[in-house]
Amino acid sequence: MDYLAQQLINGLTLGSIYGLIAIGYTMVYGIIGMINFAHGDVFMVGSFVSLICILLFGITGSTDIVIGIGILMIVAVIAMAISGVYGWTIERLAYRPLRGSFRLAPLITAIGVSIFLQNFVQETQGARVKPLQALFAGGFTLHEGTEFTVRITYMQILIVLLTIALMAGFSLLISRTSLGRAQRACEQDLKMTQLLGIDVDRTISMTFVIGAMLAAVAGLMYLLYYGVIDFFIGFSAGVKAFTAAVLGGIGSLPGAMIGGVLIGLIEVLFAAYFSSEYKDVAAFSMLIIVLIFMPQGLLGRPEIEKV
Amino acid sequence: MAQPQNNHAQNLGQALPSMIKRSLIVLAIASIIFAPTLLLRLQVSKIENTLFIQYRWVFFAIGCALILVWRLIYEFRAWQRANVPLKASSRPQSQESRFAPYVGPVLLIAAILLPFMPFTDRYILDISILIVTYVMLGWGLQIVVGLAGLLDLGYVAFYAVGAYSYALLAEHFGFGFWICLPLAGVFAATWGVILGFPVLRLRGDYLAIVTLAFGEIIRVVLLNWRDFTGGSNGLSNIPRPSFFGIPFSQGPDGFAATFGLEYSSLQRMGFLYFLILALALLTFYISSRLRKLPMGRAWEALREDEIACRSLGLNTINTKLSAFAIGAMFGGFAGSFFAAKQAFISPESFNFMESATILAIVVLGGMSSQIGVVFSSIAMVGGIEALRQLQFLKAIFGPDFDPSSLRLLFFGLAMVIVMLWRPRGFVSSRVPTVFFREKKSVGSSMISQGRG
Repeated sequence: MDYLAQQLINGLTLGSIYGLIAIGYTMVYGIIGMINFAHGDVFMVGSFVSLICILLFGITGSTDIVIGIGILMIVAVIAMAISGVYGWTIERLAYRPLRGSFRLAPLITAIGVSIFLQNFVQETQGARVKPLQALFAGGFTLHEGTEFTVRITYMQILIVLLTIALMAGFSLLISRTSLGRAQRACEQDLKMTQLLGIDVDRTISMTFVIGAMLAAVAGLMYLLYYGVIDFFIGFSAGVKAFTAAVLGGIGSLPGAMIGGVLIGLIEVLFAAYFSSEYKDVAAFSMLIIVLIFMPQGLLGRPEIEKV
Repeated sequence: MAQPQNNHAQNLGQALPSMIKRSLIVLAIASIIFAPTLLLRLQVSKIENTLFIQYRWVFFAIGCALILVWRLIYEFRAWQRANVPLKASSRPQSQESRFAPYVGPVLLIAAILLPFMPFTDRYILDISILIVTYVMLGWGLQIVVGLAGLLDLGYVAFYAVGAYSYALLAEHFGFGFWICLPLAGVFAATWGVILGFPVLRLRGDYLAIVTLAFGEIIRVVLLNWRDFTGGSNGLSNIPRPSFFGIPFSQGPDGFAATFGLEYSSLQRMGFLYFLILALALLTFYISSRLRKLPMGRAWEALREDEIACRSLGLNTINTKLSAFAIGAMFGGFAGSFFAAKQAFISPESFNFMESATILAIVVLGGMSSQIGVVFSSIAMVGGIEALRQLQFLKAIFGPDFDPSSLRLLFFGLAMVIVMLWRPRGFVSSRVPTVFFREKKSVGSSMISQGRG
């Protein structure tokens, strides 16, 4: 029981990270109907930017926790800004010129961008994994069991709280601002929105930027949680986050978050009770199973094919 | 788009400030993008395994300067286009070159003669085998991606199925290469159907990510099912193919002795070369025949418009499955050849980058052009070899730098550029397979496709 509780805590933390990435997939898919394969790699870039900033600011395990968290917030903002520029550039250079081209075209450029980003970071930052010593190592002991102690670390609390805060801010942005209205309008009918005088190109650009920003925070969290990153983390995290988006119902924002948490739980529980070597297989199989049996996901609308 | 109009025409002096302004904005964006990659490098110190940051201003400056120069040239050309009157349709949309019909036969003759050339040594044969293997894989994947329009990102899984089925059948049952070759094809095709069946209802981009996930599942299983597949150590001592029962050995019943030749290890290489060439030509023959059969027509129709296909009563399930199965079968053949040639396989040969490489070959070759696959394979393998020669780069980037690792960087870039510039690839202009009275080719830039 204690073991299960601990796994649930870990799964929730991991799921928050996947959920934040999944939002980027689901928003882009909702508006322009393409899978942004490069999104996982934007997450990876965000993670590298965070690591660089942490080193530049000189936070170590011995930094006072309040100051440390304050600086981490600044790191998050910088990572968001830089990743946002990445997201904007990718959309501008690789996707926008292909709007209206045949359907496989943007998908192929997305794969091209993904391969390019991975290898660009590999060439410039080296292929070795980058370790970061643990920051704020402490935590609370929730329950002292006979065999197993349930603990929640400060880092896990930080990750979950930050995710909740970001989600709240993001929901406000979608529901209250003019940008959010434009995005929802674009999701419903791109052409009609354009006819009504909304700058669709700008809205799509901003969608990519926001998605990239959330992915950057996820990158920071991944770095803090695992303590090692390399140029390849975007691949499997990207596929899992996409699975989360599909599971939650692609196009649905709360769905992405729920899907993220579910995928995080599935991965952690599978690793805990069956086999940690096959945990990626569990997540990937989940994708296939969901697509076969409920392609519209938990909260999604069934897709109607129009001619 | 930019028609020359008098009120838009500006002389260069008037246009210059805004051109420079835009270029500077681009420079600012580039510097943000390069800051965490080119400028600030994370170095792992060898002693304490901690990180420190190395500043590389020179790289940063070079990168930014390149971007600035590119943008200025771009701005200048945009200005030129807007102000200098266009020549009336300077270039026809596409032209069939007079030499086009001869390219294929010439390449084929060159390929057959290659092993007998005096300059051919082990290195050249090795490279050629690699090229032809990629050509074959490219043709196989082309059936799925180029003809049927199903984006398959896990093609290497079938390659792996073929390789492992040969290796395992040979190990456990002592089967020879010639029995295993068709079996590998059958196994791979079966896997193609197994994979294809559940994803049939999915739209193109879902299909892409499912095949990607499937490829990863196969790789992870191969990596972790140690009793069966040898795990990360892979399988070694895979028997090499024989010349219809005559082994390539030095002994009295070997190939050289039987045919009264002097023994040379190159004979085996030459045989392998002809083997893969024959397999590739088989792929070529079958897929080009299939294009003209109702099945191939159905694939192409499916690629162009799935809803129309269904309305016209095509069985889209069978059509998709057959494309998957046949594409997978050729992947399986190539895989079993790969196992036979290497005599050693491990899951690392079958990662996602391999799938991406094969996909890049198909895309760069122009999606549905068969000859394009040949050129892009040659360009790609040749490009890797050329990069390997660039050892002087080590002097600039330090001794850890491996120039051949740049290849995927260029792939990614090339895939993007080809899609932006010529979505149908460099070689191809699409020729309708069914035509009325007279064959007309349609320029690649004029094609926009429906939903697939």
